[in-house]
Amino acid sequence: MTDTLTKPDAASQSFPDEHGRFGRFGGQYAPETLMPALQELEQAWIDAQADPAFHDEIARLAAEYVGRPTPLYEAERLSNEIGGARIFLKREDLAHTGAHKINNAIGQALLAKRMGKKRIIAETGAGQHGVASATVCALLGLDCIVYMGDLDIERQKPNVFRMKLLGAEVRPVTNGSRTLKDAINEAIRDWVTNVESTFYLFGTAAGMHPYPLIVRDLQTVIGREARQQIQERLGALPTAVMAAVGGGSNAIGIFHPFAGDANVQLIGIEAGGHGIEPGSHAATIVAGREGILHGSRSIVLQDDDGQVIETHSISAGLDYPGVGPEHAWLHDTGRASYVPITDAEALGGFIALCRTEGIIPALESSHAVAYAMQWAADRSKDDIVLVNLSGRGDKDLETVARELGVTL
Amino acid sequence: MTATKSSTNAIADAFAAAAAENRAALMPYLTAGYPTAERFAELLEALVAAGANLVEVGIPFSDPLADGATVQHTSQIALEQGMTLQKAFDLIREFRRRGGSVPIVFMGYTNPFFQYGLDRLAAEAVDAGVDGFIIPDLPLEESEEFAVPLRERGRDLIFLVSPTSTDARIEGVAKKATGFIYCVSLTGVTGARDRLWEGIGAYMQRIRAHTDLPLAIGFGISTPQHVAQAASMADGVIVASAMLNAIAAAPESEQVAVATSFISAMKTATYRNGQQD
Repeated sequence: MTDTLTKPDAASQSFPDEHGRFGRFGGQYAPETLMPALQELEQAWIDAQADPAFHDEIARLAAEYVGRPTPLYEAERLSNEIGGARIFLKREDLAHTGAHKINNAIGQALLAKRMGKKRIIAETGAGQHGVASATVCALLGLDCIVYMGDLDIERQKPNVFRMKLLGAEVRPVTNGSRTLKDAINEAIRDWVTNVESTFYLFGTAAGMHPYPLIVRDLQTVIGREARQQIQERLGALPTAVMAAVGGGSNAIGIFHPFAGDANVQLIGIEAGGHGIEPGSHAATIVAGREGILHGSRSIVLQDDDGQVIETHSISAGLDYPGVGPEHAWLHDTGRASYVPITDAEALGGFIALCRTEGIIPALESSHAVAYAMQWAADRSKDDIVLVNLSGRGDKDLETVARELGVTL
Repeated sequence: MTATKSSTNAIADAFAAAAAENRAALMPYLTAGYPTAERFAELLEALVAAGANLVEVGIPFSDPLADGATVQHTSQIALEQGMTLQKAFDLIREFRRRGGSVPIVFMGYTNPFFQYGLDRLAAEAVDAGVDGFIIPDLPLEESEEFAVPLRERGRDLIFLVSPTSTDARIEGVAKKATGFIYCVSLTGVTGARDRLWEGIGAYMQRIRAHTDLPLAIGFGISTPQHVAQAASMADGVIVASAMLNAIAAAPESEQVAVATSFISAMKTATYRNGQQD
């Protein structure tokens, strides 16, 4: 069976270029102090990629520790309820720590070890990347400091406690909008100060080159597995692949191996929040314009003066005014499209998946589920939608209870 | 090596004038619109009267990732009061109209400049009287897009080097730099410090080997002793957070007087060999 599978297209593998650019997006708008470290990091990544032992170690941990490959699951009851296209879920929620973030954290932490860096810093929004980082640092015996906006600390308490249990220090960030954007600023300031000793374990496929490249390369395991699994199951590729987009790591991870399959639609789902007014959503590609944030030229939610504006989403992991440069490029070239899903719609997706499939999804992933339900309703059983179920929803129970008016 | 390609020459002239007095040029930093637009204008004139040779004017940005707590705070206050890049240009235009002649260098992050439009930025800089730009998130590799329109209008794009810069990177900066080179004094973000980094002498020699351009030391310069030490190894000294902290701590009615005495003390320390006219 395997030999009849088509291979992912090689042409789409050649970006970014040597300047870290995806078309005009990406690059390194970084303080000079970090430039030598970014170049060292890029070289270390290239060297690691060429070392079979590095790949073997990632593969071993993926199989024995993370539980890969994660299953591909057909959500038949959900599909039947909607009565349209067949919905398949890539079950990243079943990965150790409960989300796709572990794929990236393991790869970068092993890279840090290769580089001889023992102090790891990370930023986190929903806490999933923070938990993944704390987990891997416990596993590999590395020091871990996680920057987290104090607003996010408030709404993701279980993950904060998890990180502390795992031995990480969680540093609250109280400036700016007190969310992911500001946690990244603070982590960058730490890195600028401690660059010789410290590895910045960046959580999403955004920021300064080479992070969009490294994170994407480590997350494409999702799409490679899913592409093979769905072909083995159906003997065909899906009609559409969908994923939630905050910074964009789970989406690029599942999109990238399908980028060369011209007939497969790639659809990113952004956080529409309360609606389209500035400040009430985090739909960066839908409503933003070209700009430079956190060292990368991409699309940014900003005012006319280039000040980054505050965002809102029910899900902390999507509450970010930027997006990875590869998504800006996929949007610009028309290869992928991006649509908003509101808080209320995401909550609908969350509940539907709970009730029909017995799966409690993360609120981030619920955005993709909600859009897949809308999309599937207008289609027939011949259409296949593959959804990246990027994380599980245990961390969100308090938020969902509050939205539903339930006191825990 | 060409000494300077600054076509306005205002920045080069300011360093040369200080050098002729055997001292380092003194370059204080103010955040545009802090504590208010009106008080900023008063402070700017007061600093010049107290002996500033150039003034660095910070353009507030929502995400100042190379700045420590002080400049984060002043930027936020300025933004809350509606400061913009255009209003900062207008403040400098008014400073020039009232006879202010020292070079003004804007320090700000890429995005507000990028959104303003780089050709428009260069043209407005000429019109308002802004001589150069320091952009801490614009390394050599990304600089050409910004440098070209500024160069065409005779504005200097000021490059930064840092203690982590390799010799090859310093050489690359030296080839492209005009005006002066901003030598970041430490590995870290802006903000007041207790002492200067012990490696700073060798670091400055390493930079000097690659360029004849004026070298200015900034980040963490907080006391007259720091200024004296920096003046012994550089052509210019930049003072920011320590002065802003002093201004912030003073009652509103005394802010101008506090800034004046702060800069006067710093100016005395810029003279080498303890000389002063």
